[in-house]
Formats: sequence, C-alpha cells, structure tokens
Amino acid sequence: MRQEQNNIFAGIDWLLVFLFLSLVSFGWVNIYAASRTSEDLDLLNFSTKHGKQFVFICFTIPLIVLILFFNSKFYEKLSSLFYVISIASLIGLFAFGKTINGATSWYNFGAMGLQPSEFVKTFTALAIAKLLSDRKYNLRLTKNQIKAFIIIFTPAFLIILQPDAGSALIYLAFFLVLHREGLTLNYILFGALIVLLFVFIILFGYISISICLIILITIGLLYAIYRGGKRFIRFNWHKVLMIYLVALLFTFGTNFTYNSIFKQHHRDRFEVLLGMKKDTKNIGYNSHQSELTISSGSWTGKGFLKGDITKGNFVPEQHTDYIFSTVGEEWGFLGSSFVILLFMLMLYRIIYLAETHANKFGRIYGYGVAAILFFHIVINLGMVIGLMPTVGIPLPFFSYGGSSLWGFTILLFIFIRLDAHKNYDW
Amino acid sequence: MKRSFLLYFLITFIGVLFIGRLFQLQIIRGANYDPIHNSAVKTVYDYPERGYIYDRNGTLLVANQLSYDVMVQPNKVLPLDTLEFCKLLKIDKKQFLKKIKRAEKYATYKPSVFLKQLAKEDFAFLQEKLQKFKGFFIQKRIIREYPINAAANVLGYIGEVNENLAKNNEYYQQGELIGKDGVERQYEEYLRGKKGKKFLNLNRFNTVTGAYLKGKFDTLPKNGKDLTLTLDVKLQVYAQKLMTGKRGGIVAIEPSTGEILALVTAPSYDPNMLVGRKRSKNSVLLFNDTISKPSYDRGLLATYAPGSPFKMMNALIGLQENVINEQTSFKCYNGFKYGKRANEFMGCHCGIIGRPIQLKTAIAKSCNSYFSHTYKRIVEKNNNPSQGLDHWHKHVSSFGLGNYLGYDLPAGQKGLIPNGNYYDSRYKYSWNGSTNISNAIGQGEILTTPIQLANFTAAIANKGHFYTPHILKEVDQNPIDNPKYTIAKKTTIDKKHFSPLIEAMHEVFKTGTGKWSQVEGIEICGKTGTVENFVKINGKKTQLTDHSILVAFAPKKNPKIALAIFVENGGYGSEIAAPISSLLIEKYLTGIISEKNNYREQRILNLSLEKNYAQLN
Repeated sequence: MRQEQNNIFAGIDWLLVFLFLSLVSFGWVNIYAASRTSEDLDLLNFSTKHGKQFVFICFTIPLIVLILFFNSKFYEKLSSLFYVISIASLIGLFAFGKTINGATSWYNFGAMGLQPSEFVKTFTALAIAKLLSDRKYNLRLTKNQIKAFIIIFTPAFLIILQPDAGSALIYLAFFLVLHREGLTLNYILFGALIVLLFVFIILFGYISISICLIILITIGLLYAIYRGGKRFIRFNWHKVLMIYLVALLFTFGTNFTYNSIFKQHHRDRFEVLLGMKKDTKNIGYNSHQSELTISSGSWTGKGFLKGDITKGNFVPEQHTDYIFSTVGEEWGFLGSSFVILLFMLMLYRIIYLAETHANKFGRIYGYGVAAILFFHIVINLGMVIGLMPTVGIPLPFFSYGGSSLWGFTILLFIFIRLDAHKNYDW
Repeated sequence: MKRSFLLYFLITFIGVLFIGRLFQLQIIRGANYDPIHNSAVKTVYDYPERGYIYDRNGTLLVANQLSYDVMVQPNKVLPLDTLEFCKLLKIDKKQFLKKIKRAEKYATYKPSVFLKQLAKEDFAFLQEKLQKFKGFFIQKRIIREYPINAAANVLGYIGEVNENLAKNNEYYQQGELIGKDGVERQYEEYLRGKKGKKFLNLNRFNTVTGAYLKGKFDTLPKNGKDLTLTLDVKLQVYAQKLMTGKRGGIVAIEPSTGEILALVTAPSYDPNMLVGRKRSKNSVLLFNDTISKPSYDRGLLATYAPGSPFKMMNALIGLQENVINEQTSFKCYNGFKYGKRANEFMGCHCGIIGRPIQLKTAIAKSCNSYFSHTYKRIVEKNNNPSQGLDHWHKHVSSFGLGNYLGYDLPAGQKGLIPNGNYYDSRYKYSWNGSTNISNAIGQGEILTTPIQLANFTAAIANKGHFYTPHILKEVDQNPIDNPKYTIAKKTTIDKKHFSPLIEAMHEVFKTGTGKWSQVEGIEICGKTGTVENFVKINGKKTQLTDHSILVAFAPKKNPKIALAIFVENGGYGSEIAAPISSLLIEKYLTGIISEKNNYREQRILNLSLEKNYAQLN
C-alpha cells in the first residue's frame, strides 16, 4: 500500500496531457485564422477573439495546477456538494442571468461572462459516479434507475428552460455511462427507435408511418398468435390494444409536436438537413457555407491564413461552433482528418484508462468524461460537415470561449487526477 | 469489459463516418472546385470584341462601335446641383427626376443606365465634368454598327440574353449580349470569342480585398472571329432596291459551290434600326407589323406553291421514269380534261391547239396539258398510284424539296411534297393520277420556299447535283471545310436528261414567256410561273392577283448564278419576276445595266404593288 506522493504531477497520463495541449493549441491557431483581420496583425491584442482565447488558455494553467493539487478523495467526497452548487447556479440564472441570443445562460462579471452549463456537466458526471459507485447500488432496480435519471435530467431540464436545447442534449450521453454500469440496452435502443421514427414521420408524413406501424404490429401479432395459439388471444387482448394505441399516439403526438410546438426555424433545420428543402441562402446558409468552405480545402488545404472564405468571414460563428470549417479550408483533408484522429485517440485513451481503474468511482467518472466529449464531438462536427441539424454547441478544446474551454479542462483534468491516483488506496 | 465495447464501437464508427464524409466533401467534391461558386470570390468579366462580318468581296457589313452610357448607382448619389447637372446632360429637371426614380426602382445599390448612348463628342467632355457628381459614371459598351443598309434578314441582330438561357447556360450572365437571329445567332460561338475572367477576393460586405490566388485562375479575353459571308453585297443591295414596293423573296445561289449570293426578303428594314437608343422603339415597329412582316424572312420561311417552274421537275421525272422521251408529244385543246364531269378540266394558255407538242415547246410555252399527261403517266405507271407517287416523291425529295435544306441560317420551313401515303389516308385508297392533277403544274398540295426553289434551279444548272446552300464562306480568312457544304449531293435524275430541259429553259428566254426579258450577250435559262392564290376576305374565298414567279440560271454554259424570285400578287411571271431576274443576272455577270435595258430597270424600280396589297389589309 503505497503512500501518495507530494509531487502533484506524479502518475499523470502524459499522453492525455499531450493530446489536450495539441487540441488547444491547434484550436487557437485556427481561431487566429478565423478572427484575424487585415488591419489587426497583433497576435496578442486582447480586444480580438484570438487575443482573448490566448488569455483563456493561459488561465487553464493555474486551473490545472489547482485541480491536480487536490486529493482524489476530495472529488469523491465533495461531489454531492458540487452537484448541489451546480443546480443552484443554474437556478440562479433565472434571477441574475444575462440574456444573450435569446438564452439566459450567462452570469456577467464585469467584462467577463461565465456560462454555468459548461461546468455543470462535469459535476453531474461526478455525482453520477458517486451514486453508481455505491456498493449497495443496483441499477437493475427501477427505484435506483429513477434516482440516476433525476440526477441527469434535473440540470438538463433547467438548461432547456434557458432555453439552450443543444447543451441539454449532451446529458443523454450519461445513458452510455449507465449502460456501462448495467442499465439494460433497451433504453438506448428505444431512444434510437424514437429518433428513427421521428425522422421517418417528418420524411414520409405521419399517416403513411401510422399505416406502416399498424401493418408491422399486426404482422408481429399474427406471428405471436401463430406461436402462442389461443392462449395468447385470451390473455393479452387489452395489451394488444394498448400497443396499437401507443403506436398511434406516438405518431400523432410527434406530428403535433413537430407542427405545433416546434418553431418554424426548428422545422426548417430538420427539413434542410433531410434534403426536403434546398436552401443555401437563409436557414441553410450556415451549413451550405460551411460545407463549401470545407470542400474548397481539397487534400492539403490552402495553407495557414490563406483560406479566402475564412478571411472573407462567410461562415457565421466560425471561431466558435464552426471552427472546424477553418481547419477544413486551410489544412485540407489531411489536417481535418488528423484532428478527428486526435479526438478519437483521446476518447480511446480515456476509456482504456477508465477500464483499468480498480476504483469504481474513477471508472464511472472516466466513462462519463468520454461520453460527454463524444457527444460534443459528434453533434458539433456532424453539424459542421452537414450530417446533423444545426445545434449550436462548441467543439471541445477547439472552439473559442472561456467557459467551454475551462469546463472541458476541469472535466478532463479531474479524470487525469483520479487516474494518477488509481493505484493508491484512497 | 464487454460493455465498454459499445462506446469503443460508436467512437470508431463515427470516426470512420466523419472522415469518409470529409473525403466526399474535400476530395470528391473538391476536385471540381471552381472559384465561380466560391462566395468569397467575385468574378469580373472582360469582354472581347465581337467578330466583324464581311461579304464575299471583303466589303465590311457589320462592325462594332463604342457606345457610352451614363450610369447611376442611387445609393451613392450625394446632393447635387440639379440645374448644372441637367444642363450638362441636356435634359430638363422633370426628365432627371423621372430617370432617378426609375433607377431607384430597379435597385438602389446596383448601377443602372441613366442616359443611353451619348454622342461621341459629348463623352470626352462629360467624362471630366461628371467626376464631381458622385454616384454617376460613364460606362463603355460595344454595340454593332452596319456601314451598309443591306441584308438585315441575313445578318440578324444581337440582344440581351434571355433570363432562361442565362440561368441554364454556363457561359452567359444576365445582361450579356447574344446573337438573336440570322448569322449573329447561327455563328454566335465564332463571333462572340471568349470572355476573360478575373477572380477577386471578397469579404462578407462584398468589398474587394485583392486578386484571388494571385490571379492563378484568371483568363484573358479572346476576340471573336471575323466571318466572311458568301453574300455579294452589291447584288444584295440591288435586289433589295428592285424589290421596293413589292412583297416577296429572292434567293440567288452560285451553282458550282452552293454559296448564297443574295437572300432578299421584301419588305425589309435597315439593320441600324435595331442598334442603340432607337432600338426598343423600332423593334416594336418591326416585330408587331403583322401585315407586311418586315422581320419575316420570305426567302427562307414563305411557302408558296411553286407553279410552272415545277413542270420541269415533272419533265425530269418523266424522262427518268421513262414514261416520256424528248419526242413524246401530247395534244392540247385549250386545256386538259382529266375526268368525265364538265368541271374536271384544267385550262391552258399555251395557245397551240390540237397540234402535237413536244417537251421543248411544252416548257417554252408552259403547256399545262403536256405536264398533266406526263404527271398522270408517272403516277399511274404500273397501275399503282400510291407506288407511282412514292417514286415521284423520291425524285422530288432528292432535290431538297419537301424538307429542311440544311443551310446555315436559323430560320426555315419544310414545305410540302405529298407521297403515296398522304393521299392513301386522305382518299381511303381510291385515287389515281387525275385526283391531284394540279401537282402536274406545281399547284395543288405542293409547297416550296424560295431558297428550295433556287437550290432546285442550281441542281438543274449543275445537271443533277447541288451543294447545300450556305451563307458562311470563311472564318478568319480560312475557307470553311464542313463536308455538309463542300461535298456535292446527287439527285436521282441522270445527267443526260438535263440537256433537253436546259435547252427548253433557254428557249423560254429566247421565244417563250421570258422573251421580253432577254439580255444581249447572256444566255439565260429559266422558267416563269404564275401561281393562283386565294384568301378568305370576310369569310368569302376570294382569288387574289397571282404570284409572279421565276427561276433562272445563267450563263447557259458554266452557270454562275441560279435564282428563284417570288413576287407576291405580282401577276404573270413574265411581267415582273422575269425582268427582275434578267436585271439581276445582267448586274451580277457584267457589273452594270446596259443602256438598252435602262427602261427595264426604271420600270421595275417605279413599280409598286401597294395597291394590290391594300386589299389584303
């Protein structure tokens, strides 16, 4: 039983640190390219986006030291407190928050703004890890499942109210964690089915999908009757009725939600993505410009600071959510694939390390980190390369923004801290 | 461990999917990358000079001139001294306000034409003065110029490309000029050259920030090619002059090459009418005149019954099908009775009653009876009229009649040459050579255009072959090598059958219907025609003055010119068409009209048929 060393860097996984540094610095290079204007060539002009991002990056150093300074036990013990503070900070927004772009998701501290939702996911991951690592906890029990769901959906719900549906979407990532810890796959499959049905209903209309569902269910029932015989009919007729009813309710409900609750701009996004509308000027403008920008990069790209579409500022929000389009234009297929490979390597490494933890808390938290990062990457890159609807969330470590950079830094380095100590007794 | 596979799998799956998508975007789509589609790049076009057009002797027909428009971009206009400005442009304040309003209505942020086509002397003066009026500038444009008022129907005109084409064609942008008719349209690709492109970087506010990739994709403009036409503009102008006051068409072809020497439609217009400031006003005038139709090329588009010249066709077919020979004779009794009923009779004016008539005389005197007999024999050969008419149709078609000739001008008509099927379906198989006896004398169903008939005459002059008529002779001084126009097409009539026919045609101008139009020293071969025509006036079928027709070639040996002349409602072919043809032939072959024939020229020049046309209006 070894004692913990005083050196805070002992046992750290340098590969993860290296990946973190690579992504952050390459991210900054691209933010520089995207926000630079011809008049202002000063690298560290703090009124510019790249200047500010440079400051944000510098601030991660004391933050990292601080995180590494604390003992692993500290994070486990205080995880509940952190979680409560997180929820409080989200609720506080409704009283003290600042509204930007229609969403009340910011605290304003003078010149600086902080977006609590960027931090809350870290603490939710800690809370989930704490809950699931309890020896008496068994995920097979519905009661326990509900506890986990409450932890996950409380912050998600508060974020939806801001409203910032994109950031709330990330909380679905925790289902991957729950699944790893024993939750049945049915939840995820059911979710996937709902999404699939949703897409089909938009594409083909709810009437044809209802008819298809009825036919499918009937075929399934006939098969069940064929297998179960008379007994089946006698005992299950009310259940059978329920299945039909639920299926129909779902299709009609989806149709109603889509047409009456969704706003026109939501519908437009789906329809442009699904190819039902061709639009390169209005709602489709972002995606269209982003795709064009990436396409123009070809194999090796136009070179650093030579991306003319980036320079012309044609892609909106290019330094934040659409930063990857700059990579595509200036660094080409090779550069952008390399970034994807870096992200994949980071995720693989986190899962690999998490699986080696003897301590359940560390493993679950690690899994949470991987799942959150994975969701962010899929949603952000999927949007930028035109495979997913427009959902404005940042690309981890890459996009401009202090809150998101610090949020992801804390998320990752708490795991690095836990991982460094995995061989010690806590 | 097993449960962690799901996330491993998802990460790998998404990674591969995204890299695949990047490959699709950057490598597959990126390969067709064209800066034109790049929103950060503005394309600026550099327009080449449009090619000039010359006639066969090198006379300039179409050139370019510069035109200067005063442009205005309303959002850049600053308050100005209206009085001074108006005085400068020689307009009054009311006009000024009207023009500004119109420009604003079009677009405040885009330049539009304020004042079209300044005089050249005003331009130099204004260019300097206009500097102080912000938002106004002068734009140079190239427009066409026609040094000679001739052949508007052949040359065509240029105009702004229509919206539809601009959208669907890669080359044209809205507002650019394109050939709209005639040679300008037919040879647009030669004439237009290739515009140069310059790519400039833009930012989001559409401000130019420099050359795109240091001009790597930029191209230089390539000037249009100069065209030499086959037209002889002197002949063309002369023919147009002779046609003043008449309606109709003249087509003259050089038989040995198929080159179109003159293509006249009357009435016509001055090509300069469709250029510049007066253009829109004039185009309404020209294109909305549905009565005299100056924009309608009668030489190419008008289908008339060919009349008597078509008798030569029947003669040739009769000889070829061996149903007649040079010695075959028929008798005429003031006409030809083709049925039992009294009205089944076709009159004849040949004036040789009850005596045997042979081919030569028949053509010289234009005997209807002779050709009725011939036509009947052709159709009823083998006692199968359908088959007989099909043979006849095959021969006629080999002269290019009944279908598009394939000449290089964008307007055309097929005409009509019936075949066996045509009457089978109309008469339910019960018909014979007499049923459509009018075909014998070129009336009935047969329809031809003047250019088809001119080509037919050229084929006779060549004794059995022709070159597809064409208007283009040289491109940038290089003779055309399109086999469509340089390889002779053979007709189905043997060469030996043409000699008696040509002798007969010569006889027409010596002793026959054309004898009053002889030219001393030139052996003209021809055939006059007079075509009945009817029109419905107030629902009543009314016979109008006949069309005057003539086909001719000269000289008899080694023919240099073959022509077809239609004068609508001109009366007998010998009265108007024949003297016109002899004047044209004399002018073309000798360059002048001899003193002896001056009276003929004067008569035709002074002859107006307007009173004949008045009853149509």
